[in-house]
Amino acid sequence: MNIHEYQSKELFKKYSIPVPEGCIASKPEEVKDIISKLGSNVVVKAQVHAGGRGKAGGVKVVSSLEEAIDVSSKLINSNLVTYQTTSEGVPVKQVLIEKVSNIKTELYLGMLVDASSKSVVCIASEFGGVDIEEIARTNPDKILSKSIHPVLGLQPYQARQLAYGLKIPGSLVRSFSTILLNLYNLFQENDCSMIEINPLVITEEEEIFALDAKINFDEDALFRQKNIYGMRDPFQEDSREIKAREADLSYVKLDGNVGCLVNGAGLAMATMDVISESGSKPANFLDVGGGADENKVSEAMQIICSDSEVEHIFVNLFGGILRCDVAARGIVMASQKVEMPPVVVRMLGTNADEGRDILLKSGLKVKLVNNLADAANELKLS
Amino acid sequence: MSILVNKETKLLVQGITGREGSFHAARCKDYGTNLVAGVTPGKGGELFQESVPVFNTVEEAVKETGANTSLIFVPPSFAADAIVESVDANISVIACITEGVPVLDTVNVYKYIKEKNSVLIGPNCPGVISPGENCKVGIMPANIHIPGKIGVVSRSGTLTYEAVGQLTDLGIGQSSCVGIGGDPIIGSSFVDILKMFDEDKNTDGVVLIGEIGGTKEQEAAEFIRSGFSKPVAGLIVGQSAPPGKRMGHAGAIITGSSAKASEKIKSLASAGVEIISSTSNIGITVKNMLNL
Repeated sequence: MNIHEYQSKELFKKYSIPVPEGCIASKPEEVKDIISKLGSNVVVKAQVHAGGRGKAGGVKVVSSLEEAIDVSSKLINSNLVTYQTTSEGVPVKQVLIEKVSNIKTELYLGMLVDASSKSVVCIASEFGGVDIEEIARTNPDKILSKSIHPVLGLQPYQARQLAYGLKIPGSLVRSFSTILLNLYNLFQENDCSMIEINPLVITEEEEIFALDAKINFDEDALFRQKNIYGMRDPFQEDSREIKAREADLSYVKLDGNVGCLVNGAGLAMATMDVISESGSKPANFLDVGGGADENKVSEAMQIICSDSEVEHIFVNLFGGILRCDVAARGIVMASQKVEMPPVVVRMLGTNADEGRDILLKSGLKVKLVNNLADAANELKLS
Repeated sequence: MSILVNKETKLLVQGITGREGSFHAARCKDYGTNLVAGVTPGKGGELFQESVPVFNTVEEAVKETGANTSLIFVPPSFAADAIVESVDANISVIACITEGVPVLDTVNVYKYIKEKNSVLIGPNCPGVISPGENCKVGIMPANIHIPGKIGVVSRSGTLTYEAVGQLTDLGIGQSSCVGIGGDPIIGSSFVDILKMFDEDKNTDGVVLIGEIGGTKEQEAAEFIRSGFSKPVAGLIVGQSAPPGKRMGHAGAIITGSSAKASEKIKSLASAGVEIISSTSNIGITVKNMLNL
């Protein structure tokens, strides 16, 4: 789960990690008061979850009140389109207005759960301000990392090693170490999966703070992180994805025209690939999960049908825990509630014959196929 | 022969009185697995299906029945505790089916288990089956498997069934099938399982099914290159997935270029792995690879 930059910075403040002086505005009328507090040399930052804000015009440095109001009015209640969003973009409901700082050095600081070392790893580089991927490509020897022992936690000496490795001025080593130790506490206590500060800046005045802040949380731990869950911004997500989450379905909206309903995440990804191989494009990822009942399958089918771009649906089920007859009844149930485009169905495993029988007798426009190759052919023809 | 589970397996199921636990415990038993015990705190003294004793603790179950393998069905918030309880009771193979375990819990468990003698499969996995040994420790549909000499290792559940289904349709049997789990951090990696298949005399070749996210497949490729002795056919799914979005499995999110399907395929191909071009060609690729 993602949160906004301003929310991340509020969390930082709670953990004594310094951030620039700033205020959040959700109406252009609020800008005047903010400028009188911060001065007119400020940066206006659109609050969206998608990356690539800067290049998309979502971050602007201004130098007067008029300019600040103008930029804020254009951003607030607009849709920002970045390389990470759909062509519709994502809505901007607020802007974060921050004091401009005299940046001397930009550093990169990140913390994440690393699958290779099976631990939380802290990553740092003296080349901040660009993507870590970019640094990895151009200056791989300038990426420092420290693996953190889950019981001992981040050790002060590791923080110092990073500080000296980043060539941080002697007077700031202690502040840097404190930031890092606090960051690790934030990470642990809130079940983060990634924190990125890019850049962490040192100013001409020898101050150090987090200019940007990005935090991802472990979805699987939200049951014990009620405060974090409360920060979720539904406006940043596709309405169908929200509906799916409420129905305990795993759904991701994509930009194709073939909807798919599958059990199991791996098979769902494979199904998307098969659709792509057939020359079409998947409209979604959807895993109904193992223990789905008729209602859940029906709900899943309705979510797929509510996507106006969907022209065909491919149902690919390998019954295990999920029984195919139950799924078939769910599909029929959905057809009574919504208009359904032509459906290609492939059912195998538990009670597959019963499932097919139910679909054949339902009068639905259903094409039954036996294997993935036939399904691909069928989608090619359609 | 097989890996991980066999005729010597004495299975205990943690969470045996729950909905999922009881359903699957019964199916494992029906398949021929030697189910010796169940554990549910507070239900000690009961009998499961009128024959299998239920205990309050794993320690007690091991002492009374000699259980050496555990299958876990407890809810996510209790999964780490359940795994550690089994480790401390000297269970040698632990398969954790539970989906949705907080990743920082798994980080702690992983560190602990590496200092011990237990092997953890999962979490968020379908478990392990060895058809020739009539032993199933997991939730896979039993009837699609036939005994044979191909090992299957995969990060996904239903996709493993898909692979097995295609192999069985062509008459190609399996030695053992292992779903290692879809989470970013899991107890046993592709490399751990490949090592076991390498040493297993009854395995002639391996199907490896990976997906986007992380670098587990690259690590597998490195191991295969360094001297894995048997032919491997590999499939990577998620080629059509957009970056930054979680595709169901918590581990399936493309966060960097190395996590992409294309990078993984390149890496496996350069290690001599026979690349399965499409999910519909799993069976036929294995058949051709082994001249069956």
